Amino acid sequence: MDNKTCNILFCGIGGQGVLKASEICGWAAIFDGYHVKKSEVHGMSQRGGSVESHLRFGNKVFSPLITAGCVDYLVSFHQDENTRMKKLLKSDGVDLVEYLGKAQAQIQDPKHLNTFLIGVLSTFLSIKEASWIKAIEKVFPGKLLSQNKEVFFKGRRMIKI
Amino acid sequence: MATNRVKDKIFLSGNEALAHGAWEVGLKVACAYPGTPSTEILETLAKFPEVDVQWSVNEKVAFEVALGAAIGGVRSLFACKHVGLNVAMDPLMTAAYTGIGAGFVVVVCDDPGMFSSQNEQDTRWVSIYAKLPMFEPSSPAEARQMVKQAFKISEQFDTPVLLRMTTRISHTKEDITIDTRSVPVQPPFQLNIQKYVMVPGNAYQRHILLEKKLQKLKTYSENSKFNCIEIADKKIGFITSSITYNYLKEQFPQASYLKLGFVYPFCDDKIRKFAKSVKKIYVVEELDPFLEEHVKTLGIKCFAKDPSFRIGELRPEFMSDIVNGKAKVEKKPDIRKPRMCSNCPHLFTFATLKKLDAIVAGDIGCYTLASLPPISALHSCVCMGAGVTFNEGLRKAFPSGKIVGVVGDSTFIHSGITGLINAVYNKAKGIIFILDNSTTAMTGGQHHPATGFTIRNKPTKKLVLEDLCRSCGADYVAVVDPKDRKKFEEIVKQRINADALSVIIARHPCPLINR
Repeated sequence: MDNKTCNILFCGIGGQGVLKASEICGWAAIFDGYHVKKSEVHGMSQRGGSVESHLRFGNKVFSPLITAGCVDYLVSFHQDENTRMKKLLKSDGVDLVEYLGKAQAQIQDPKHLNTFLIGVLSTFLSIKEASWIKAIEKVFPGKLLSQNKEVFFKGRRMIKI
Repeated sequence: MATNRVKDKIFLSGNEALAHGAWEVGLKVACAYPGTPSTEILETLAKFPEVDVQWSVNEKVAFEVALGAAIGGVRSLFACKHVGLNVAMDPLMTAAYTGIGAGFVVVVCDDPGMFSSQNEQDTRWVSIYAKLPMFEPSSPAEARQMVKQAFKISEQFDTPVLLRMTTRISHTKEDITIDTRSVPVQPPFQLNIQKYVMVPGNAYQRHILLEKKLQKLKTYSENSKFNCIEIADKKIGFITSSITYNYLKEQFPQASYLKLGFVYPFCDDKIRKFAKSVKKIYVVEELDPFLEEHVKTLGIKCFAKDPSFRIGELRPEFMSDIVNGKAKVEKKPDIRKPRMCSNCPHLFTFATLKKLDAIVAGDIGCYTLASLPPISALHSCVCMGAGVTFNEGLRKAFPSGKIVGVVGDSTFIHSGITGLINAVYNKAKGIIFILDNSTTAMTGGQHHPATGFTIRNKPTKKLVLEDLCRSCGADYVAVVDPKDRKKFEEIVKQRINADALSVIIARHPCPLINR
């Protein structure tokens, strides 16, 4: 277990599955024994507005919001939102936007974008594979589970660990 | 069980954690009207079969049903957003006098930054004004702990207890360990005219007791573990509460803190003690100078944020500017704004109103988004129900104007109906459009009396809006599908020049709702 708090920012547009992505990541961190805080605002943003979800995990997390300039990983679901949010990255933070195009090319259903990007993100984090699987099982009920597991591994395998 | 349990940890939002905590201590009755950011509290409670849960018609009704249950002897809860509490202020103010039978907690969720609200009032002032104790959690885990304590105190001091959340705490998720449910023994219901009939003579006696109660609650506040002193570096001491505590802890981990979780009545002795133990005191809080002004009345020299930071939500990156006494730098928001869905039936209604150049008195709901360009066809929005009453008011100032009012179906039932009766009684004219998408769409699609289903999706008696409007005495009532544009426009054109009060129910279900 890493001592440092890990800061991940997910961004996109209402309806893209941004909140579900941070939900999976949050559960995975819980399964790995971390203290987790995740912050977002529901409501009007559902109507096609910008959506951002902050996820932080570590030994003890105070603020649910990541301080501007302290984002370790930026996971973007939309190019425009990436342009807006990348100024919040730490100087050595990782912008996963380079995988957005590849992800969109590889998935058949746009609903799978979140799980695919989580697959990509998973290779950068010190969370056990078993915890990711448990998290996906937690978040996706019944019928959706097997295809989402498949999509997760597609994303995960795209990055060489 | 209503939760996804992982061994002993679950991932809950502040609203969900609060609901769980209330359930754990034997909550029996919960009432609310939906309102962001508070909605999920009742939605979570609705998953527990042991709790009698309802969407009420409005906040005043919800408060009264819940208070009645508490006076009757079962633990009960009322939840609302900040502006919702305004609607329930009438019973709230006098509930402080009557007290309760079993625990009664009033949860209010403020919305600093106005993610989905018409103002950013700071409800902490209500604790002073209504003479009620108030908790203020800083995290979802604390929301759960505090609601449990709030029920205890409510019974110990015979008082409703306020629990104030903010959007950031309501919608933050955290891993939380929950407990099983235990229900306290129900006290026998006692008729008590002196306590529950607030006529002047009785109320005077209750006011005497209330003032004594506040003194006892002050002693409680001094000893509460939720008002916590953390001494570290004595050069800087922060007095703070709510989410701001977390932002400060990130930026100034070495400083000393007085974290206030039981904010009212104030723990003056503890505040003085803390002030003496550190060199320099900073009071940092979101929105109004609630703590700051009180600390200053104690004669304590303290530094507080520049007034420009009273506006909007605080963020962790603001902390150093606040401490350095700088003013807030206003940035132009660059976010993608919400808009009406492309297949929204309201779009058709507003297309017609725009074409006819109508002045549109608006209300609270998805359709408020019709004020944004390129539609720009909604011209006022103040509070629930004002779509109906502003039609009447504007016409008094501007009798020849082409004025109409619009109100949603849920909003009409909440507080539009009284405005309609007023318009009929006082012979107002014009058209009131009920934009009926057959749900409470803005907050995520909750049922209301005219959907014919309860919060748990069970069938109930259905309110028929057209019958209701006819019996109020409207001169003309029609139900039209706004997507049938030709017919819709024809009717509107015909009615807009009529010397009459018309109600046009523009009915087409919200496409986001699948039932």
